[in-house]
Amino acid sequence: MPTPIALIDCNNYYVSCERAFDSRLVGVPVIVLSNNDGCAVARSAEAKALGIKMGDPVHLIRDKIDRHGIRVLSSNYTLYGDMQRRVVAAVEEFARDLEVYSIDETFLDLAGFEDRDLAAHVRAMRDQVLRWTTIPTCVGIGPTKTLAKLGNAAAKKNPLFDSVADLSDEVLRTWVLDRFAVRDVWGVGGATASKLAALGIHTAGQLRDMPMKQGRALGTVVLERLIAELRGIPSGAVETIEPQRKGMAVTRSFGTPVTDMATLMGAVTQYAMRGGEKLRSHGLVAARLTVFFHTNRFKPDRPQYSASRMINLHPMTSDSFELIAAARRGVEHAWRDGYAISKAGIMLDELIDAELRPRTLFEGDSDKRGRLMEALDSVDGRFGRFAAVPAAQGFKREWKMRADMKSPAWTTRIAEVPRVAAN
Amino acid sequence: MHALRLHTVPIAMVPLEARLLLCSTPAGFPSPAADDLDEPIDLGQWLIEHPAASYVMRVDGCSMTGAGIGDGDLIVVNRAKKARAGHIVVALVHGDRTLKRLKRAGDRLWLIAEAEGYEAIIVDENVEIWGVVVGLARRY
Repeated sequence: MPTPIALIDCNNYYVSCERAFDSRLVGVPVIVLSNNDGCAVARSAEAKALGIKMGDPVHLIRDKIDRHGIRVLSSNYTLYGDMQRRVVAAVEEFARDLEVYSIDETFLDLAGFEDRDLAAHVRAMRDQVLRWTTIPTCVGIGPTKTLAKLGNAAAKKNPLFDSVADLSDEVLRTWVLDRFAVRDVWGVGGATASKLAALGIHTAGQLRDMPMKQGRALGTVVLERLIAELRGIPSGAVETIEPQRKGMAVTRSFGTPVTDMATLMGAVTQYAMRGGEKLRSHGLVAARLTVFFHTNRFKPDRPQYSASRMINLHPMTSDSFELIAAARRGVEHAWRDGYAISKAGIMLDELIDAELRPRTLFEGDSDKRGRLMEALDSVDGRFGRFAAVPAAQGFKREWKMRADMKSPAWTTRIAEVPRVAAN
Repeated sequence: MHALRLHTVPIAMVPLEARLLLCSTPAGFPSPAADDLDEPIDLGQWLIEHPAASYVMRVDGCSMTGAGIGDGDLIVVNRAKKARAGHIVVALVHGDRTLKRLKRAGDRLWLIAEAEGYEAIIVDENVEIWGVVVGLARRY
């Protein structure tokens, strides 16, 4: 019998964080925008009820926003990160081990708690999160991560569960699986869902009963593992769904369009820095860097230009200076005068573990570079992001990302803490 | 026999950071102080005993001067602590954050200011006790 696993997931996480410190946001429709104020990435229940979809570009829902008085906020990752720390601290004592899966989801290993009433146990945990942070959560329990995730989705959707669904119980599990659309099962993509539908498989329950071999033939190893996990056999499906990162990107829209190459170089240099930092924090190296930039596609009356240059990195690297050099080379090649650039970014792909990277001759003193990168990361860690920058990056940050409607850093900066009236 | 005398030391005289001297002893004899070294005093850690459930807020106004809390003071509000009568609390009254003392009168709870000229507020469905004040910080 596998040990029970729980998934705790914060409801409308970004909105809940904002509401913790601003009661005027409670009970009204609220959306939080992506980090360039481009599209909705979090919606309160009221905003969902108004038909706002995940990823809706804000300029397309302007009407709705005005008509319904939807409150619109820029994302405040400082706040969300601090609140996540608190949520994780609140759940810690309720599990033997935990795995923070994303900013608002944490898996818990409930080994050692099996002989208790698990539903009551996770309800106590949920209450503690609510008390410490004001953030409401849903919890799913099951013998595998896939079932815990499914239970979580059920707990969120169906008010009967009152925010907690324990799928350890076979009868309840079957009931839920038979009502769960197969395309909503975590890791089943749209293409796979269509193939399954052609075979008459529409629910998670039907997927569970599909022969595993057939699953493998139809989809991939992921589908086979999902079937096993739906049957209650831990198979590492979750780990396969998100294996080592295939690629990463750093992109931003500019607050004011950029019309000169020097400013764009500065921006792209910073993205390359950030990209290098991300690679190093995951212990990865990249084989290819793509730099791209383009004008505002939503202003077709203006001159349009879109450029993208791919640069092979040989040897594979996570060295910020190499990445910067590559990105700058790309910009130099692709730059044309006379356009107002509204967005730029870099993408890094073909990533592999730094340990496994093929060595090349004449690599030079890469150890020394490694130490320089470490120093750079530690200076940034101690003195704030980009305290130390290569001079190419420039010091005037005109192209800083847009965050016009951002709430204060309520919990992390003394100058911005909430005020309490004594009058 | 010497009498032991205790002095009150103003907070300003308490060093925020006690500097340490680390000395190496060439003879190979371990420093007798090595086991007694302390970290510098961290007032934040002392003030905020339960960081995951505590929030810092700034006081706006003088209605709690009777409790020793002045305008502009920083307070530490703990949400893990259960509010009881007698505690100073941060409450939401119709959604507005306010600082008051929680008191019991008869069978009801009230929010009371500690300065002249403020009305008591009865704790009903329009009031939510947000957290208990567990610390106070002020600089001069």
